[in-house]
Amino acid sequence: MSQGPQITSVVFAGVGGQGILLASEIMARTAMIADFDVKTNEVHGMAQRGGSVIAQIRYGQEVFSPLVPDKEARILCGLERIKALRYRHYLAADGWAVVSDQVIVPVTVSMGHATYPSDARERLHAFFPNLLYINALEMAQSLGNARAANTIMLGAVAAKLDLPKAAWEQAIQECVKSQYLSINIKAFECGYSFE
Amino acid sequence: MRKLLSGNEAIARGAYEAGVTVATGYPGTPSTEILETLVAHKDEVYCEWAPNEKVAFEVAAGAAIAGARCITTMKHVGLNVAADPLMTLSYIGVVGGMVVCVADDPGQHSSQNEQDTRQYARFAKIPVLEPSDSDEARRFVKLGIEISETYRVPVILRSTTRVSHSRSLVALDERTPSERPVGFEKNPQQFVPIPVWGRKLRLDVEERLARMAAAASTSPANRIEWRDRKLGIVAAGIAWQYVREVWPDASVCKIGWGYPFPDTLIREFAAGVEHLLVVEELDNILEEHIRSLGIACEGKNVVPPTGELSVTRLRQSRAAMEGGEIVVAPPPPDDLPARPPMLCPGCPHRGIFYGLTLHDVLVTGDIGCYSLGVFPPLNRTDIILCMGGGISLAHGMDKAGEPRKVVGIVGDSTFFHSGITGLLDIAYNRGSSTIIVVDNRTTAMTGHQDHPGTGRTLMGEKTAEVSIEAIGKACGIHRVTTIDPYDLKRVQEVLNEELAAEEPSLIISRAPCPLHQRKPHGPPRIIDPASCKNCGMCLKLGCPAIERHEVISINALLCTGCGMCEQLCRFNAISVTEE
Repeated sequence: MSQGPQITSVVFAGVGGQGILLASEIMARTAMIADFDVKTNEVHGMAQRGGSVIAQIRYGQEVFSPLVPDKEARILCGLERIKALRYRHYLAADGWAVVSDQVIVPVTVSMGHATYPSDARERLHAFFPNLLYINALEMAQSLGNARAANTIMLGAVAAKLDLPKAAWEQAIQECVKSQYLSINIKAFECGYSFE
Repeated sequence: MRKLLSGNEAIARGAYEAGVTVATGYPGTPSTEILETLVAHKDEVYCEWAPNEKVAFEVAAGAAIAGARCITTMKHVGLNVAADPLMTLSYIGVVGGMVVCVADDPGQHSSQNEQDTRQYARFAKIPVLEPSDSDEARRFVKLGIEISETYRVPVILRSTTRVSHSRSLVALDERTPSERPVGFEKNPQQFVPIPVWGRKLRLDVEERLARMAAAASTSPANRIEWRDRKLGIVAAGIAWQYVREVWPDASVCKIGWGYPFPDTLIREFAAGVEHLLVVEELDNILEEHIRSLGIACEGKNVVPPTGELSVTRLRQSRAAMEGGEIVVAPPPPDDLPARPPMLCPGCPHRGIFYGLTLHDVLVTGDIGCYSLGVFPPLNRTDIILCMGGGISLAHGMDKAGEPRKVVGIVGDSTFFHSGITGLLDIAYNRGSSTIIVVDNRTTAMTGHQDHPGTGRTLMGEKTAEVSIEAIGKACGIHRVTTIDPYDLKRVQEVLNEELAAEEPSLIISRAPCPLHQRKPHGPPRIIDPASCKNCGMCLKLGCPAIERHEVISINALLCTGCGMCEQLCRFNAISVTEE
C-alpha cells in the first residue's frame, strides 16, 4: 500500500529489564534530529514484569500508525536469542534480523513446563535470510559492563539504517546519563562496526 | 518548539497550557503518567493521588464548581468507580472547566476488561473527545476545557493505550491562566439536585445536548478530508491513523469529538460518497447511530469488534470488502517457551503465595502485581473481579458455605482504594475470612505511586502515614498480625494459626517493593553444585532468578539476595556469594 515504503519501521523485542526503552528512545531522538516525523510505541504495566517487551519505532516524512504493520519492519532486533522468532511476523521480506545470542531462561523452562530450543541459531539462519547474529553480552562484558549489551545491539541496528551517524551520537549524549555515557558510546561503536 | 512526547505527557502539557490549577487521579495503566508528568508544574497546579477514582472525581468536581479549571485521570475501569458522581455532575454542571481523562485499553494489555468509555459519555449525556496522537491529545485537553466552560459540562477525554503510550511530535504553547476568580456562588437550584430541582436540570441536559451536537459538527476536532468519493470512511480517535495508511486514497471524516454526534457533518459526508464505512475501536457506537439516521454503512461486519485495531487488521478488512486476499505473516513457531509476566526476583508477595501453597485454601485475589500469584508454580489465586473485590468475594463465598477456608488477598493501595469497606462488612456481619494485605509500601504495578499509607503525597510532601493495622482494628477485626514475608518459617506459623481461627483475621505482610527500593536485599545467592541434589525445591518459589538448564543455578544479574530460596534448600546448597 502506497504509504508503506516511505516510512521506516524498526521493532525491538526483548525481556523486561534489558534496556529496550532506552534503545527506542535513542532511535526516536535520532530520527527527530535528522528532521523526520517519528512515532514510537512501547509496552508498559503488566507486560513489563519479566515478560516479553517490545518497542516499535517508525520514522519518515509523515508517520500515521505508531504500530508497525506486519511484514514492514526494516529491522527486527532481538535482544534475546529466540525473541526474533516470536516476532518474526513484523519483518519485511528483505529486512534484517539483528539478534543477540544472549539467552534468558524463561521460568516456564526452569520449571520444566517448556523447553528452550537447542537449535535456536539454526532456526534463525533458516528463517532470516538477512541475519546479523551478535555475541553482544560477551562483547559488553569485555567492555566492562554487561548492561551495555543493548547499546551494542543498537549500534548494529544503526549501521543498517539511513540515519546520519552524527545524529546517533547526539541522541546518545542527550538520552544517556553522564556517568554511563562513555561506556555507551564505546558499546554503540562496537555494534556499529560489527561485521 | 517541538518535543517527542507520549500521549500521557502531552495530556499533562495540554492541562498545563489550558490553565488547569487542580489535577487529581488514581493510578491505572495506561493513564498513570499524566499526573506524574503534570506534577512537575506543582507550583502552578495542585496535584493529588486520591485513594480511589470516585474521590478523585469528586475532588475535581468540587474544584470545578468553585470555579477552578481541573482534570481528573483514571483508567477505563476507574470510571466505573467514579460513575456515581459522573452521572449527576452532568446535571448540576461545572463552572470552571473540567476534563475527565479516561484511558481505555483495547486489546487488554494491562486490564481485566475492554469496556468502551464512549458509552459513558452517551450514558451521562456529556461530550467525549478522542485524540489520535500526542499533539491532538494536548490540543483536545484545551478544547475540552473550552467546551466544558461554554456548556458548563464535564468533558471526557478518551485516550487508549496506543495514544497514551505512543510518542509523537508535539508543538508546545504557552500557559493561558483562567481569568475567573475562584469563589463558589450559591445557587441551590443549580447545585442541589433534590427532585424538584433535579427534574428541571434533567430537561436542561437534553437542551444542552442539542446545542453541543450543532457545535460538534463545526468543531475543528471533526473534519472531512475529501479524496476519492467512491469510498468514504468515518474514523474515530486513533483509528484515523490506521485508516490513513490502509486507505490513503479514500475520503475520510475524521472524528475527534464523537458525542454528541456531529449529525450535520456526518450527513454531509455520507451524501458526498458512494459507500460509507465506519472504523471505530471497540463498540459500534458511531455505526449504530449513523444507521439510525437512515444512512447505510458498513462497520463491524468487516472491522473487528473486539481487540485493538491496527494497520494489519484493517488491511484484512479492506481485503474482505474488496474480495481480495492478503498473505498473512507467519505466526510464531508454536514450540517457543512462553514468557508470562512473573512476580519479580525478590518480590515480597512470593513469601505469602508460597506459604499458601502449603494449605488447601481458596484465594480470592485482587488487582495489582499480586494477581501474578495465579501462575504456576504458585497457583494461589482462584478468582479476580475488581479493585477491592478480593475482600468482599471472600466473605460472600464464606457466607455461601464454601467448604474450604477462603483467603482474600489485597494490596496496600487497593486496600485504601476500596478494600476497607469490604473488611468493615466482614467484621460487621460476623464473617470468618482471613484477609491478607500484601503491603509493599507503594502502588507497584502502575510504577510506584504514593498512597495514604506511604506518608508522602504526589507533590512530595510528608503527610500522615495511615496504619492498616489501626484501620483493621477500628473496623472491628480483633485478630490483626503483621509479618515479614521473607521469613518463611514465621509466615507459616501465622498462616497455621490464622487459617484455623473461627473469627475474621487480618494479616499484614509488610516489606517494601524491591523495584521501588532500587537496592538489593543483600548479596546474590549462589548454588553450590557439589551440594545441590537437583531436587527442585527452590524452583517452587517461581523466582525468575533461579534457572534450570540441566543444573539449577541462580542468575546473579537478577538475584536481589532476598534469601527465600536459601531458607527452602534442605541440603544447604544455597548461600551468599563470596565477594
